[in-house]
Amino acid sequence: MTEETHWSDEVFREIKKREIDTVCTIPDGGLTRLLNLVKADRDMRLITLTTEEEGMGIVTGQWLGGKRSMIAMQSSGVGNCINALGLPAVMRAPCLMLVTMRGQWGEFNPWQVQMGQATRPVLEAVGVKCFPADDPKDVAPAFVGAADLAFQGGFSCAVLVSQQVIGAKGFGQK
Amino acid sequence: MATSNKINRRPFVATLLAQRGNALVIPGLGSPTWDCSAAGDSPEYLYSWGGMGLAVPTALGVALARPDRRVLALTGDGEMLMGIGSLGVVSAQGAKNLSILVLDNESFGETGRQTGLTSERADLCAVARGFGISRTMHVTEQGKADELASFLFKEEGPCFAVAKIALSEDPWSLPVKDGTAIARRFRIALGVEKA
Repeated sequence: MTEETHWSDEVFREIKKREIDTVCTIPDGGLTRLLNLVKADRDMRLITLTTEEEGMGIVTGQWLGGKRSMIAMQSSGVGNCINALGLPAVMRAPCLMLVTMRGQWGEFNPWQVQMGQATRPVLEAVGVKCFPADDPKDVAPAFVGAADLAFQGGFSCAVLVSQQVIGAKGFGQK
Repeated sequence: MATSNKINRRPFVATLLAQRGNALVIPGLGSPTWDCSAAGDSPEYLYSWGGMGLAVPTALGVALARPDRRVLALTGDGEMLMGIGSLGVVSAQGAKNLSILVLDNESFGETGRQTGLTSERADLCAVARGFGISRTMHVTEQGKADELASFLFKEEGPCFAVAKIALSEDPWSLPVKDGTAIARRFRIALGVEKA
């Protein structure tokens, strides 16, 4: 995959196509390129949260008011969201999450591993549909599947972008 | 101590809501939801039965989607503290049509009246100002309801207020609890969904 077709650019195109105009986030290194595209777009709003669960309230509120929004976070943040995911679920509000994985593949930091390994089972335990992408070329199709199921069906859907796509952070160690 | 609070919540909330105009109301789970229901049902009340901490973020989402409407988050001290960081998000987004009222009985009233953290030193208006929400109001008297209503529904937001309410034994006033029904009638009232 060349620089011109970075997965973030493809996902951004799909976001624009679907008129998703708000992205809520606690950032992750792997999301930098995408979040910069959102921030630079005058028709979009980037909402920085203090904890990821606020995102469930904001996207539900936006849907109630007739707008589309989504949440971007790293896998550790998923743990903060579990009870809050009950809100979009009980209202059948679309809740679209883009999650960059940590603690999953070649992780240097053992503190990330517990939540990273538990991300998918925990999300599925509370009824979130998961769309994993282990290769850069799979991210945009996974995003399309997740977004359309969320907005057309009123489901909570998470795209899980593998650490194989993002690259494990090495902290300069061998 | 909580027992020194004098405001009687049910008539106080009813007086406020009678002056809301076409403002949308996002009550938090538990007593704020029962208070709205007791004041008279409306599809413009987004009743909540769960998701503690989410009243303010949900109200912010609605406020950003509908800048043409005033939005009131009506919550309690326990829920406000659980989602206290959301005041930082509200401040950063500068939602001019959003107001927040904390009904503060300094207790976890729903679960057995266990003492809460606002009973002694914690000052929520000071916290809100610390996050950059400059318009705040602290109310301790029943007779200030009209002044508070004017603050919440007419001042440029974001506005943040605390009303020190008494611990009270109020009759149950349970509204519809089906989330899809609550959401659907709210969206119909907003013209987002067809009836």
